[in-house]
Amino acid sequence: MTPLHYGRCLTGIVAREGLRFLHQRERFVAALVRPLVWLVVFAAGFRTVLGFSVTPPYQTFIQYEVYIVPGLIGMVQLFNGMQSSLSMVYDREMGNMRTLLVSPLPRWYLLVCKLLAGTAVSILQVYAFLIIAALFGVGLPLFGYLTILPAMVLTGLMLGAIGLLLSSFIKQLENFAGIMNFVIFPMFFLSSALYPLSRMKESSVLLYQLCLANPFTHAVEAIRFAAYGEANGLSLGVTVAALVVFLAAAIYGYNPARGMMSRKAGGPAG
Amino acid sequence: MDVRQSNGTALDVEALNFGFDGAPVLADVTFSVRPGEFTVLLGPNGAGKTTLFSLITRLYESRDGRIRINGVGLREQPTKALAGIGVVFQQPTLDLDLTVKQNLLYHGALHGMSAAETASRAEEELGRLGMLERQAEKVRKLNGGHRRRVEIARALLHRPRLLLLDEPTVGLDVPTRQSIVDHIHALCRGQEIAVLWATHLIDEVAADDSVIVLHKGVIRGHGPLDRINRDAGGSDLGDTFRRLTQGSER
Repeated sequence: MTPLHYGRCLTGIVAREGLRFLHQRERFVAALVRPLVWLVVFAAGFRTVLGFSVTPPYQTFIQYEVYIVPGLIGMVQLFNGMQSSLSMVYDREMGNMRTLLVSPLPRWYLLVCKLLAGTAVSILQVYAFLIIAALFGVGLPLFGYLTILPAMVLTGLMLGAIGLLLSSFIKQLENFAGIMNFVIFPMFFLSSALYPLSRMKESSVLLYQLCLANPFTHAVEAIRFAAYGEANGLSLGVTVAALVVFLAAAIYGYNPARGMMSRKAGGPAG
Repeated sequence: MDVRQSNGTALDVEALNFGFDGAPVLADVTFSVRPGEFTVLLGPNGAGKTTLFSLITRLYESRDGRIRINGVGLREQPTKALAGIGVVFQQPTLDLDLTVKQNLLYHGALHGMSAAETASRAEEELGRLGMLERQAEKVRKLNGGHRRRVEIARALLHRPRLLLLDEPTVGLDVPTRQSIVDHIHALCRGQEIAVLWATHLIDEVAADDSVIVLHKGVIRGHGPLDRINRDAGGSDLGDTFRRLTQGSER
């Protein structure tokens, strides 16, 4: 196996994911509409209710819409990460996953390629969202569109790794609905996506601590600071650590010696 | 390939045992397939055929027993061993929304082939199967038989020396089934490819095939068709199959 082989494999997997994404227009539209509804409707209603003091990285008072943009970027990536995992469960039930896993490359590498492909798709979704948000007058500083890119690669990988891990443990497609209730919603609401954690602390110290322990909070903060050209060391560190832990667990989950694939695929057929 | 020649077999399975949650699925399975040999793995549903295929393709791993592909140990050098296998799975595994060509390019990339090399190999294999004109079509538009042909072309793209097919004719009409059976037989003879073909349909067995009868995870008979009939005392393969798998209903 040469480096060229590794490179071609990565390109092939990313290209396939990209093509599939382009063919699934409903998925693209949903990925755009979801954050836009929050931005246009929810934020409009809440801007008068929520007022908060200037918090870093912001230098002045900002509109609520501006505050939630990094959170909504995180949301796009969170949903995409879960959707990739949904598609992996689907692929496994349908058999596509098998063609990937019997390829002559180390399994960890194939899974990392899959993760990178999902992240690339999520970044495309984010930029599409940001363009429309800018048309609504909610924008980032111009350089912010560039500086969020490395942060989004990292957060996309981390959130995708959570999805990958879930996909290695979810037995059937039907169980996936539970993910919405037990993973996406708690992660999203117990974070700094919609309100600064200082406000959460005023209401409940326990909830505040849960928010702090939530890797999604740190993903959002990493993006928020990056959007203003700053690096938040703590958030980046936690995001990297979470990526390493979730990815390692996912690779373990797909270990052939565990023999889990078969049972999840419905058991041996013949 | 030199390794294969030094060893002489394309697939070696030796004393393989495997189970799920303590329940045995395969017990002491031993057999080999030589280049140019068409081996039919015959067994009723639930015999363990798919499990055996999953072990040979390393979708899961058994610590008990050995599998060598073209002389390379699957456990010791998994990527090298897997590079020599082409697989047609029982379930369809093509991306329905992608074109035939896009599906094949994806497969080529997974095997480290350049796009140009994949395209030329794809033309060769699709042409052989009469599917060349359908390259630009989305798989969703193809019927079941044509999808199977694409999967066979795909499995052969990287020139494997061992071709595994897990009940590849399920759900196909009789003429389509026959044409696929004939095509793989011709490939096997013409290109010295070793074929392991799992099925529960005895009419897919040709006179000069090797047959392995697998039942409840145990090999009940193995050898050329005439010998397996003689050993089991069956008048024909149908009779032999019944004798060897009596009490198979679960």
